[in-house]
Amino acid sequence: MTVSQLIEKTGYEPLLLSDGDREVTGGYAGDLLSWVMGRADSGDCWVTIMSNVNVAAVGQLTDCACIVFSEGVRPDEAAVNAARLHGLNMLLSEKSTFEICVEVGALLK
Amino acid sequence: MTGDALHFHYDVDGNNFTSAGEASVQVKRTLRQMGYHPDLIRRISVAMYEGEINMVIHAKGGDADVYVTPDCITVILKDVGPGIKDINLAMQEGYSTAPDNIRSLGFGAGMGLPNMKRYSDELKIDSVVGVGTTIEMKFKSA
Repeated sequence: MTVSQLIEKTGYEPLLLSDGDREVTGGYAGDLLSWVMGRADSGDCWVTIMSNVNVAAVGQLTDCACIVFSEGVRPDEAAVNAARLHGLNMLLSEKSTFEICVEVGALLK
Repeated sequence: MTGDALHFHYDVDGNNFTSAGEASVQVKRTLRQMGYHPDLIRRISVAMYEGEINMVIHAKGGDADVYVTPDCITVILKDVGPGIKDINLAMQEGYSTAPDNIRSLGFGAGMGLPNMKRYSDELKIDSVVGVGTTIEMKFKSA
């Protein structure tokens, strides 16, 4: 499933779509950035409520397929600008982190 | 380290939390251009990012040097910060001395040094309280 297909199936709002053809191969949820860096895999859909600029660096370093901001959280402008620079995908949802994990997990089966 | 190694140097700005990670992102880009395996690049850049963040949180920045030889990539992070009082404790997952404002940025989970150890093939910590810390990480590429 590509990021574009994920958006189509879930209705998450594409805040920044740098590479819609990027394949989503797994998922990770977390807000402690070191924890995410240590455990998220390349190709993951990363679900978080952390919204500052460091999210873009961690997204880039872990090579995640997309970052989904849950619970109605919006990343700040610096984060979006940095993510644009790194070619990342950022999606928004009002749903809880748990609901998003359940939804994406089912789509990845 | 001298000889035939390719050398990249980066200043890590200790006053700027938002630019922390620039050196690791640049290293990632450079190694990618050099054709290294994505998994190796990921390990190096994540470990280096942890080191950069540590230098920003605890030491007001420092120097990052990356040496590339045919069989090994070495990352050396040097600061003149407060030093690490108890390295064994600092190596434990979850142990952190980071202040609350850092935690609110998503850091200070006590995973920095453990992640550096996890991702490097060799980790050397040379730290003197009141003088500074030098961290050397080696990543075998062959």
